[in-house]
Amino acid sequence: MDQIIIQTLHGLVNGMVLAMVASGLTLIFGIMDIVNFAHGDLLMLGAFVGASVVGTTGNYWLALIVAAIVIAILGALLQITTLRPLIGRDPLTTILATFGISLVIQKYALWQWGPSVRQISEPVRGDFTLFHLQYPWYRIATAILAALIISGLWLFLKYGKYGIWIRATTQDRVMAQAMGIPVPLVYTGVFALGSAMAAASGVLFGPFAGVTQTMGFDFTVRAFVVVVVGGLGNLGGSILASIFISLLESYAAIVVSPAQAVIVSFVVLVLTMLFRPTGLFVPTPK
Amino acid sequence: MLILENVDAHYGKAHVLHGVSIEVRAGEVVGLLGRNGVGKTTTLKAIMGMARRTGGRITFEGRDLQGVPPHGLAGRGIAWVPEERRIFRLLTVLENLRTGLDRPGITPARRDALLEKVYAYFPILRERRNQAGGTLSGGEQQMLAIARAMVLEPKIILLDEPTEGLMPRMVAQIQEIVHALHRDGVAILLVEQNVPLTLDAAGRVYIMEKGTVRHHASAAELRADQRVIHEYLGV
Repeated sequence: MDQIIIQTLHGLVNGMVLAMVASGLTLIFGIMDIVNFAHGDLLMLGAFVGASVVGTTGNYWLALIVAAIVIAILGALLQITTLRPLIGRDPLTTILATFGISLVIQKYALWQWGPSVRQISEPVRGDFTLFHLQYPWYRIATAILAALIISGLWLFLKYGKYGIWIRATTQDRVMAQAMGIPVPLVYTGVFALGSAMAAASGVLFGPFAGVTQTMGFDFTVRAFVVVVVGGLGNLGGSILASIFISLLESYAAIVVSPAQAVIVSFVVLVLTMLFRPTGLFVPTPK
Repeated sequence: MLILENVDAHYGKAHVLHGVSIEVRAGEVVGLLGRNGVGKTTTLKAIMGMARRTGGRITFEGRDLQGVPPHGLAGRGIAWVPEERRIFRLLTVLENLRTGLDRPGITPARRDALLEKVYAYFPILRERRNQAGGTLSGGEQQMLAIARAMVLEPKIILLDEPTEGLMPRMVAQIQEIVHALHRDGVAILLVEQNVPLTLDAAGRVYIMEKGTVRHHASAAELRADQRVIHEYLGV
């Protein structure tokens, strides 16, 4: 019983971070139909930028903001230089392009920061005791912060002027243009926003396991699983799927080792593709 | 104000428009009649930069529209009400209107006034303002599509078959709106299959056949002598 409660907490915390990563990815996919294989690497780069800022200033919150801004600018530049010229081409070309970007970012990180693990010290210290087990407050703080950021994104999309632009463009790009919405700018903005979300997730996750140049790929894969399970391009679905899959993995970790528990998410992915390819968390189309 | 000169357009390899020339003057309602598939909708899409233009010139207020990005047309005063209506189905009625209202350089007072204006024309939209666009009936969607174009404060509206598939009561309401827009000084390029409505609303009419304009006359002439209509439209 103790273990179930601990693992539930664990699953929820991981789920919130994953939801943040996935929401950036699903936003980009939903509007541009771009499968962004570099998403996890933008997260990794954000984590390194964050680690550097923490290293020089010691201020974690500043690091979170700086990383988000730096990676947002990088994302915007990547979109303009690499992806904008590919709009309207075979989707495979964008997949290859983002895969290329992914490799470039990884090699850059290796060159710049080396192969060793960098630590980001957590801004919230201390543990609390839960059934004879020490649980770090930082993880709780991370989950709450991730939830706040996701809520902020949701409110922005729901009520903000640019949020309406984004949703209108997602639904009908041609009509959005006819209404005077500058669609190319919306694309760049969404890519920047998604990149910033990835970078912030990287800084939030950094203190959990350290920052390495290979951490991105793992996040890309996990985020893709939840984006597909949640229903491609569906923000709410991705968030629910993140929590669902992270909880499943946590519970599986009670029985098998955590490394094997990851398999559960791929099983869910395959089952979803087989039996409900539009996604688990989308309403059945009327 | 809007001048098409010898416009050619292609869809893929299909040559759809062959030298279409049309003029709409400021504040004028111009009808564009023709059977299905003669290029009426493509003519509007060519103006909106959505059909691949391969020849000719389109100018608006003396300026060539070549090179103007599709999202730059609304700001110049050209609004489009497509045949399929293209409501943003998952956005509420109000959000659909906000796509045209939340533009740079508009004051909050002007914005509210515009919203009140379209609600006055279409009271049902006020009632349904928090409902998703996709849940509206066909007639309500058509009203929303027109209202959405109106909030752009356009100089011209390209109105594509606004009465298609609507009940007679709705057709009458759309006809009323076309008159009201005309009184407000908005020019309209009206594509229609409904001949009586077009002859009633428009000052001049172009008749298209096989991707080109075959006939051009005032609505009064056509009302007096319906032989041309019969020849090209078979009604």
